[in-house]
Amino acid sequence: MQFLNGITLLLVYQLVGEVVVRLLDVPIPGPVLGMVMLFVTLAIRGATPEPVAQASNALLSHLSLLFVPAGVGMMVHFDRIAAEWLPITLALLISTLVTMAATALIMQFTTRWLVGHREREGQDHG
Amino acid sequence: MVEHGLTDIWVYLSASPLLGLTMTLVAYGLAHRLYLRARANPLVNPVVGSVALLITVLMATGTSYEDYFEGAQFVHFLLGPATVALAVPLYQQLSRLRQLWLPVAISLLSGVVIAAGSSIWLARLFGGSREIQMSLAPKSATAPVAMGIAEKIGGLPSLTAVLVVLTGVTGAVLGTKLFDWLRVRDDSVRGIAMGVAAHGIGTARAFQVSPQMGAFSGLAMALSAFATALLVPWLVDWMAVLLA
Repeated sequence: MQFLNGITLLLVYQLVGEVVVRLLDVPIPGPVLGMVMLFVTLAIRGATPEPVAQASNALLSHLSLLFVPAGVGMMVHFDRIAAEWLPITLALLISTLVTMAATALIMQFTTRWLVGHREREGQDHG
Repeated sequence: MVEHGLTDIWVYLSASPLLGLTMTLVAYGLAHRLYLRARANPLVNPVVGSVALLITVLMATGTSYEDYFEGAQFVHFLLGPATVALAVPLYQQLSRLRQLWLPVAISLLSGVVIAAGSSIWLARLFGGSREIQMSLAPKSATAPVAMGIAEKIGGLPSLTAVLVVLTGVTGAVLGTKLFDWLRVRDDSVRGIAMGVAAHGIGTARAFQVSPQMGAFSGLAMALSAFATALLVPWLVDWMAVLLA
């Protein structure tokens, strides 16, 4: 029952998110708004209710499974991908690596610069 | 006679959502087991394994993607509640997030702009059509978000879904090696970079490295979905003017 309550709550937040996004015509996807609203709720309550923790854990522990149906969609686009495989492969690979490297270095630099040495020492022990 | 009976069963099953759903779960189960057996080696990514297995089976049996998706949509649908569920690990990192909000905000915004900008520019440089450029632009955002953006800026949403998965796999497979090479050791930094570049698939990988890396990756994925939705349509217009 706990798990069921948890998943119901997640769906309610998603539904409210979808409705608000459509009513206000904002360019943000419904589930993302639902996540923000749930985050605000948890921050106000000051704790995660057990059912929500359970449902969230169940969904997030196999997050990669949820991308499988979209990935299989590749079979529909074989022709397109074959026709433009070079720009797709190079842009995807280089851009992903550059994004990861740049974000990591910017985050590392700004953390040291803005948060200072106290933070860094804390991490050495963690 | 037996042949005939089997054909009847196949006709019945391929018309019902049961088969697509079960196939997805079985394929993932097998791919995940292989991944564990390979001691969680990122090269044996479970998404790659299950997608390859499923495409092989579907092609061998002449089943269309539409028929398969009848069943697989139940799994696909869970991306929505899973996105909402990211609020939980995010909230659990609240105190650390308070401390780091400024570096997180700066690196997130730069990461989102670099991800979209570089993929448009590179696809263009290597001769990709405009449709491909626009389908690639939101590739680092999580699937439902990226598909919505692709539709808005003139890409192909279903192709974007595939590119999103490929991007996630690239990040999950190469991420930890890249961070080691760059000597980035802090799990909150690694997590942010993984989540910005490789969304949910990268986050799944990050959770296997450490709960902290997972939470920061989930945070980055959620916030960059937000930022991508807001910034990318604008960035596309701006780049069109700049590159013209």
